[in-house]
Amino acid sequence: MATLSKRSCLKFLLHLAQDNLDFRLPEIKALLAVRGKPFHPDENFKEKSPFWCLDGLCEDDVRAIMARSVCAKSAFELWGHGETHSDLQTSLLNYPLENMSPFMHKDSTYRINVYTFNKTLEFTDRIKRIDALEYLPFEGTVSLKRAQHIFCLLEDYGTDPNNIPDNPYYVYFGRWIADGQRELIRSHSVKNRHFIGNTSMDAGLSFIMANHAKVKENDVVFDPFVGTGSLLVACSHFGAYVCGIDIDYNTIHGRGRSSRKNQKWRGPDENIRANLRQYGTEKMYLDVMVSDASKSVWRNAALFDAIITDPPYGIRESTRRTGSHKDIPRPPDAIYLESHVPVSLAYHLNDIFTDLLNFSAHHLVMGGRLVYWLPVYRPEYSEEMVPLHPCLQLVSNCEQTLSSHTARRLITMEKIKEPQEFDSLAHLADSRFRPYQGHNAFREKYFSGLNKRCGKEDNKSDVNGE
Amino acid sequence: MKLLTHNMLMSHVKGVTKGYPLLIKATEVKVNEVEFNPQFVSRMIPKVEWSALVKAAEELGHRQDLPAELLADYEKNEEFLKKVHKVLLEVEVIEGCLQCPESGREFPITKGIPNMLLNEDEV
Repeated sequence: MATLSKRSCLKFLLHLAQDNLDFRLPEIKALLAVRGKPFHPDENFKEKSPFWCLDGLCEDDVRAIMARSVCAKSAFELWGHGETHSDLQTSLLNYPLENMSPFMHKDSTYRINVYTFNKTLEFTDRIKRIDALEYLPFEGTVSLKRAQHIFCLLEDYGTDPNNIPDNPYYVYFGRWIADGQRELIRSHSVKNRHFIGNTSMDAGLSFIMANHAKVKENDVVFDPFVGTGSLLVACSHFGAYVCGIDIDYNTIHGRGRSSRKNQKWRGPDENIRANLRQYGTEKMYLDVMVSDASKSVWRNAALFDAIITDPPYGIRESTRRTGSHKDIPRPPDAIYLESHVPVSLAYHLNDIFTDLLNFSAHHLVMGGRLVYWLPVYRPEYSEEMVPLHPCLQLVSNCEQTLSSHTARRLITMEKIKEPQEFDSLAHLADSRFRPYQGHNAFREKYFSGLNKRCGKEDNKSDVNGE
Repeated sequence: MKLLTHNMLMSHVKGVTKGYPLLIKATEVKVNEVEFNPQFVSRMIPKVEWSALVKAAEELGHRQDLPAELLADYEKNEEFLKKVHKVLLEVEVIEGCLQCPESGREFPITKGIPNMLLNEDEV
């Protein structure tokens, strides 16, 4: 009982990276939800701050989050905090000694780091900061290289680089618990990836998407617009078995022109499976197929734990599906040559989203998540434009700005009920799809904004737009 | 194409009502070793259409001695899970085709990748 009450009063400090600000809160919330834990920030919580204090967690929860997060840099067991160093001292001296002593006894080794946000301290100032902590009852020996316990003094000088105060706005002291997975952004960089395409998803965002989708070990994850498989790479890293489809035969088979500079054609083993092999996760590879996302080839069952995708918006890749406007008679012998390429027709963006949401409602397990990007024309965007479905609950909606007038929003939805007959039709008449009606609706706006700045391209885009 | 994927696929040819399971006509089959993960196999067994899986394994000559009816208590039976693991994840059709059981439409498999695209007059 005593340990329980002690544990429940622990506070943890997360230090977050100051990029992709919008994506951080849904990521941490999703990772907490995987552990079945609520998100309880303390009363000073500011979403845009690099420091968040969380209540109601234990050390194992924090380690589990840090083993997954690409938004968080480090986590600490918070021992004291305050607006000034003397507030910090008061706070630290009030911290229960029995919580500190296991990490300070005389046989232990330790080290204290000083971290400043939005300011660089001279070495001598750092030493002064550490010396000023002499009121803490450290009994162990200092070891800079092999410390058993690492402590950190963190100073927050705000987020405005043009207005750095002399003294920090806030200071924290705590015991370091774990670092996040920022390293994955470098180790999985698209620059060094075996097989890529023009629209391969950035490594950091791929991992963020996998986290928003609550992808876990032994899940089955599906990407209906798989391309070169960037999202499958991220999901397989977190222990999910992965599969995907794409309408483009050449991409799936890794044929055709290379997306790399100085390389004209793709090599013989450029494919999604080889990408997973590169990162040691080929065992998580199920299959990829040449298939059309608008014509489901899956049997009617809840097959996937997560559906995670970056649909084509018609900017750098075409939106298409099989079918034709014309009544083409079938050849008399009713046999197509194997080389026959089916005629494809424009795949309207509103149809892409309708199909994607309907498909997810039918093929996600209960509680499973759909995570996808929705392109938006910023001057016209409002929250009402985000497609809804009666079986899917909107969990988060984060913006990534692409230009002054365009953005894409990362939409996360969770399946909350099994679809009934009428559910698939319920939202079709919904006016919220209007902005995405008409082929290339987004493409036209995307380029129209550009044309305001470079009027000479007016004529060109008229041709492209059709 | 692995048999786990085959187990999840059905024919989407227009007008077909009995499109499951797809028939497998294989000209090249390979067994690729995949790390055994008993938790995953146990998790997939209730999701799999068992009779379709056994039939597909039989057609490819890799049924081993898998029973027609699913065993009870399979979670603890490692020997059984290993056989299911092999059938779900290790046996792969490299060349051949999948055939719709009702319409006879064939979907080619090349280099292990099925092409499920229909022609414009079939959708």
